[in-house]
Amino acid sequence: MVNTTPLWEVFIRPRNGLAHKHVGSLHAADEVMALQAARDVYTRRGEGNSVWVVPSAAVTASDPDQAGENFEPTGEKIYRHPTFYEIPEEVGNM
Amino acid sequence: MAVYNALLELADDHLVLGHRISEWCGHAPMLEEDLAMPNMALDLIGTSRTLYERAGQLEGKGQSEDDLAYLRGERDYRNCLLVERPNEDFAHTMLRQLYFAAFMHPYWVAAQQSSDEVVQGVAGKAQKEMAYHIRHAGEWVIRLGDGTEESAARMRDAVEALSIYVDELFDSSLAAQEAEAAGVLPSRADMRAEWDKTIAQVFDEALLAFPEVPFAQSGGREGLHDEGLGHMLAEMQSVYRAHPGARW
Repeated sequence: MVNTTPLWEVFIRPRNGLAHKHVGSLHAADEVMALQAARDVYTRRGEGNSVWVVPSAAVTASDPDQAGENFEPTGEKIYRHPTFYEIPEEVGNM
Repeated sequence: MAVYNALLELADDHLVLGHRISEWCGHAPMLEEDLAMPNMALDLIGTSRTLYERAGQLEGKGQSEDDLAYLRGERDYRNCLLVERPNEDFAHTMLRQLYFAAFMHPYWVAAQQSSDEVVQGVAGKAQKEMAYHIRHAGEWVIRLGDGTEESAARMRDAVEALSIYVDELFDSSLAAQEAEAAGVLPSRADMRAEWDKTIAQVFDEALLAFPEVPFAQSGGREGLHDEGLGHMLAEMQSVYRAHPGARW
């Protein structure tokens, strides 16, 4: 089953102007079937207007064992967050 | 009354096929298809509901969609024979779906010109659903037909078994002819060229050939069905018949 229907990662864009967001994965024989399966499995309640599927094998992931060295050094650099100035109300959501 | 009967034929086609596909729910070979098939079933059942309701209105005797779906026996059902064929395997199920959707897609496109507003409304929605059913079932037929030795053999068996029910799709009953003359529904025979084109495209990629059909089967529009429909209706109608008038 895994050989004939490899794993695919599914990304959906909820509406125009927003980015595609990872929503889950599925098994399918090829990219055409994967796209249809993504439509059938992940867009049943009007979740979006565009779907991407990517072979899971194409994803290179960070090593959980390196999480400390990768992500902890940013923890104390709070000055990178844009929280030290006020945004005028007219600007709206940033 | 003719329009009422013609709408019933159309509604029965959709409900019977919708119920057949829903029988796969929980039994599909993979989770992805276990969701894809109920999606298709719900498209078809949704269309049948609107058509039953409209038929009941036009008849004017107060029959609801539930009355029409659940209280008519097998001989009163007017669906074509193709849609009641049993699921068998994936080859049969997907080919049956492709054959039906390849007919209904051009039918609904044409029905957007209907003189009946409800039919127009259904047509706008249903043609998109049928376009997807053609794509989904078509891709499966291609992969099974041009797949392994076993899948190709099963696909050829399905073509052999189901092609004798195709001609009936394009026959208009007397009721349908009246509804067509009144501009409520499109002429079924007009869909043949588009159907042939859709099937030829899929079969070409699927390495399948549409067979000669010396003796096409028909009778569904007169209520002459295979015994399988009676079993299907018995199951489908059992809850409503045990609890008449029950509501969700």
